[in-house]
Amino acid sequence: MPSLFEIRFHGRGGQGAVTGAKILGDATRMENKHFQAFAHYGAERRGAPVMAFTRIADEAIRIHSYIYEPETIVILDETLLEIPSVQEGMNEDTFVVINTTQSPKDIKIKGKISTVDATKIALEVGILVAGIAVVNTIMLGAVARATNIVAIESVKDAIRKGLAGLPEKVIETNVESAQRAYDELQMGY
Amino acid sequence: MSKIVSVTGNHSASWAARTAIPAVIAAYPITPQTTIVEKIAEFVENGDLKSEYVRVESEHSAMAACIGASALGLRTFTATSSHGLALMHEMLHWAGRARLPVVMPVVNRSLGPPWNIWVDHTDTMSQRDTGWIQFYASNNQEVYDTVLMLFRLCEDPKVLLPGMVALDAYILSHTFTSIEVYDYEEIIDFLPTYEAGHWKLNPKDPMAIGNIAGPEYYYELSYAVHEGFEAARKMIPKVEADFKKHFGRAHGGFIDTYQCDDAEVIFIALGTMGEEAQLAVEELRNEGIRAGSARIRVFRPFPAEQIQTLAQKAKAFVVVDRSLSYGHLGGVVTEIRSALYRSGQTIPVQGVIAGLGGRDVRHTDIKKLIQLGFDVADKGEAMPDIFYGLKR
Amino acid sequence: MTPLKREPPNKRFTCITYPEAGAMGLTGDWRIFRPVVDKEKCTGCQICWMYCPDAAITMDEDNIPVFNLEYCKGCMICETNCPVKAISRVRETEAEAAVEK
Repeated sequence: MPSLFEIRFHGRGGQGAVTGAKILGDATRMENKHFQAFAHYGAERRGAPVMAFTRIADEAIRIHSYIYEPETIVILDETLLEIPSVQEGMNEDTFVVINTTQSPKDIKIKGKISTVDATKIALEVGILVAGIAVVNTIMLGAVARATNIVAIESVKDAIRKGLAGLPEKVIETNVESAQRAYDELQMGY
Repeated sequence: MSKIVSVTGNHSASWAARTAIPAVIAAYPITPQTTIVEKIAEFVENGDLKSEYVRVESEHSAMAACIGASALGLRTFTATSSHGLALMHEMLHWAGRARLPVVMPVVNRSLGPPWNIWVDHTDTMSQRDTGWIQFYASNNQEVYDTVLMLFRLCEDPKVLLPGMVALDAYILSHTFTSIEVYDYEEIIDFLPTYEAGHWKLNPKDPMAIGNIAGPEYYYELSYAVHEGFEAARKMIPKVEADFKKHFGRAHGGFIDTYQCDDAEVIFIALGTMGEEAQLAVEELRNEGIRAGSARIRVFRPFPAEQIQTLAQKAKAFVVVDRSLSYGHLGGVVTEIRSALYRSGQTIPVQGVIAGLGGRDVRHTDIKKLIQLGFDVADKGEAMPDIFYGLKR
Repeated sequence: MTPLKREPPNKRFTCITYPEAGAMGLTGDWRIFRPVVDKEKCTGCQICWMYCPDAAITMDEDNIPVFNLEYCKGCMICETNCPVKAISRVRETEAEAAVEK
């Protein structure tokens, strides 16, 4: 890992991008790293495109400005691929982790592409909130595999901690689904 | 036992309240402060915090309720931001002049119109003269620690002043990091229970606060507030040293300096920009450029002497204000120039306005500004104030 | 608890005042008119007692107002508010004679 590793999540309001960014940060903290997790705040509406960020470092983080060239871009919904901001700051070395039915070779954007059908997993196990498939925790399993930035076990622990208060069964479903996304991820590099 | 929690800057403030256990908390929600008081309400509701939580209909009322509670000799806490702080303005003077040690985090946000919820220091800068101690924090742990330090400082019988800690909207208020928090039992040596020593409202010994005082007394009472600030000036290093002794952390006292000892150009800013500047300095140092960063942490009482000391070795200052006093300059650069004029120091002080209304200022921008400071140092004269990044 | 109690305000942290009788001195000598009560008309309703801004009225054992003339400033709010017109005013210079009568 470079001394600073930055991740940008693209989601839609209600998909849990911010919570995902925070849980990922927590997972890295369990491995004694420092993190910031934040969102790009504006007029939040359910379904509107949103961005969230995780910044990970070995030392205390002194940067407080936005993230412009993230090492990893996580796309929580394939419909977001059409949005220009998704490709901002992207280059050939950027890890791009996408929730889609397609395989990496079908995705025509630069970067190290990996794909997983997280929506299918969410629908199968029933991770739905008010009718929206919440794929944030599932995608964290994929991020762990695609980037190797954090161990899947740390992600699972962080999910348990981050969802504390929900019924045990719901939490374990999320944990298992993250593992499933980790296993089912297709990597095009 | 102390523990590590992953929280936003706002929740760092809520946790600090939970640790210090104010007797009374009266607050009104406003974006982006809302989650501070939301979390506190949750703590109170769950029984994790035994405070009287007073719901009020405005920020003006929130501060009025805090004034009443504090006058009863109780530890008192509130929080606000932007327009909410502006609405409090009258009561801020009241708390300051009545010498009531209310502690308040303020999330720095712009004022409208237009509607804008992002970081800007105009709100707290506009309250400079209300008799409140002002700290500016640069990270979540510092928000938490400074609230505890403020209770200790403000409640000191020689100080007896209200105090605010400002934190940048979203950059801190809504950004999660991990911080260390404590239970009250662990900090009681640092922050004892508040006992109002001088006076407090007591039905058995009735008194009036703020009754009429004519021209023969008012001036002296204003000076008494000023003396409180001078007492705070003496206390701040002691409080910080004691905090470090107990918890192993300090945040730089009045001014958090970085690589200033042999710096030719020193970059000065408040809040998160002041911390990010360290990164710019580090990168410039790697290129052999002698830059330094000085983050002003305490704005009232203003650290004039420390500024004068910094100016003894440096060749130029670059001062960024994240606020604008329309028709003149930024508040920070004005104070710095005033301090140096008083001591007869003539190094050029370059004024810069940047980052208003949440406009991002990166360490790469700060590097450019510091490099500009070297041009200024060579010329021996500051340029007209720079509106950095302004689209014309 | 209150070591600052009798110190002048400029020695205090902030402006604190304590209640005491006649902080402004004996204000009875501000009076131009003096209130007088007609005991026959008075119903003992205590409205005058309630309205007196200087707390210069007390009620006697028959529930009739007694005016503390050391502090009564003669504002005549009691007269204005008496619902049965039992309180009237006499000129201070003629008051002693009027009261005798």
